[in-house]
Amino acid sequence: MTEAQIYGICGAGLVGIGLYGAILGRSALRRLLAFNLMGSGVFLVFGAIARRGGIVGGTLSDPVPQALVITGLVVAFAATALAVALLIRLAAVERDEASAEADSEATDSPAAGAAPARGPAPGAGHAWDGRG
Amino acid sequence: MPEIPLPDPRWADLPLAFAVLGLALWLTLTRGDRAAVIGFTGYGLLVAVAWVRLGSVDVALTEAALGGGLMGVLLLTAVARLGSDIDQPRPSLPGDLLIGLLCLGVAAGLAAVVLGLPSPAPSLVAAVEDHQAAIELGNPVAAVLIAFRAVDTLLESVVLALAVIVLWSFGADRAWEARPRALDFGEPSPALVLLARLLPPVGLIVGVHLFWTGADHPGGPFQGGAVLAAMALLVWLARLGRPPPVTDGFTRLGIVVGPLMFLLIGLAGVVLAGAFLGYPDAFTKPLILLIEAAKTLSVAVALALLVAGPPALSGALSMRRTGSTETGAKA
Repeated sequence: MTEAQIYGICGAGLVGIGLYGAILGRSALRRLLAFNLMGSGVFLVFGAIARRGGIVGGTLSDPVPQALVITGLVVAFAATALAVALLIRLAAVERDEASAEADSEATDSPAAGAAPARGPAPGAGHAWDGRG
Repeated sequence: MPEIPLPDPRWADLPLAFAVLGLALWLTLTRGDRAAVIGFTGYGLLVAVAWVRLGSVDVALTEAALGGGLMGVLLLTAVARLGSDIDQPRPSLPGDLLIGLLCLGVAAGLAAVVLGLPSPAPSLVAAVEDHQAAIELGNPVAAVLIAFRAVDTLLESVVLALAVIVLWSFGADRAWEARPRALDFGEPSPALVLLARLLPPVGLIVGVHLFWTGADHPGGPFQGGAVLAAMALLVWLARLGRPPPVTDGFTRLGIVVGPLMFLLIGLAGVVLAGAFLGYPDAFTKPLILLIEAAKTLSVAVALALLVAGPPALSGALSMRRTGSTETGAKA
């Protein structure tokens, strides 16, 4: 087997593993990780194609797919950074909603006086990482 | 140099491929999120070695710096803030098996495509070699990035700048004047502080060298910029410096100078060389160097800021979900 075949099949396997993890991951972060595995698998398949083209052309690897993979890696990183920031923001919003609910349950039972306690909670939900 | 007899590197291919697949499977199935993220960092380095075996050292450097290094920092900070909550229960065994089999089918189909690729393989090596001399770059990958497929690279550098803007927009309105705080983790350990004092001078030289040598050898603005960004993150993690506030003019200039320089020189090419993103013959090399230097700076600033997170207020440092009870009690 040539390198192109070995790593091409490896890339195909990574796409399968990543797809499985992206569907069944335990948490959103794990599904994001699995999504990156899938991307990495696609890049490796592309690398195998670059290797084949390079051998035909008498070099190690075809430079055009290489350049596309480099561009793709940087964009994948930027997308992952955005996804991570969204996840953290989502966790902060959920946390504030939970604590706001706890507040209102605690103060609703004595009938009046619920309004002041509920006041700061929605505003705090806007902070990226919890209340500021 | 004396020749040291080495075993045939092809012996490493199968074990390496199995290691990559095994690690990927493990980090998909393991219980702890933190363990999975650490595994992913190691996975990035293994894949970088695979790229070397595929003859793509340029990609290997990018993968090691981004997939192994910066991605590790980004995901580890995310795990520290998110905790290890399960938000999706495992399906019943038949469902699990069905999904597993379907994914296996996808992988098998792709593998069949890889094994059945047409022969002889299509190749653009000759096309690149024919025109490479005109732009005075010895590294064919750099030539493709900066000249033959320059529109891709231009758009990609714009994507990086846009990603930073979108990331900043996740911050709260009233935190707009504040600094990014994703890397605030209390008092850093003395070992980290020592490392953050010793490594950046070395990393700075390695980063600039990767950019400079990228013209003729593997390397370039992305690889160099990623190393420079890692050095900034190290200093910020050790609290020897702080990420700049998002309203800082120099920071904003640093983000856009790369794409802007690329765009302006590209537009000048319409007049001077007869094509958008064309370079006039007399100034090809200096113009390319100018673009690549600006791009290295922008890539470094953008990548570092992407890990540093959106602006946030200083009071909110109890990030773990366990902290919610205590904030709830205060309210």
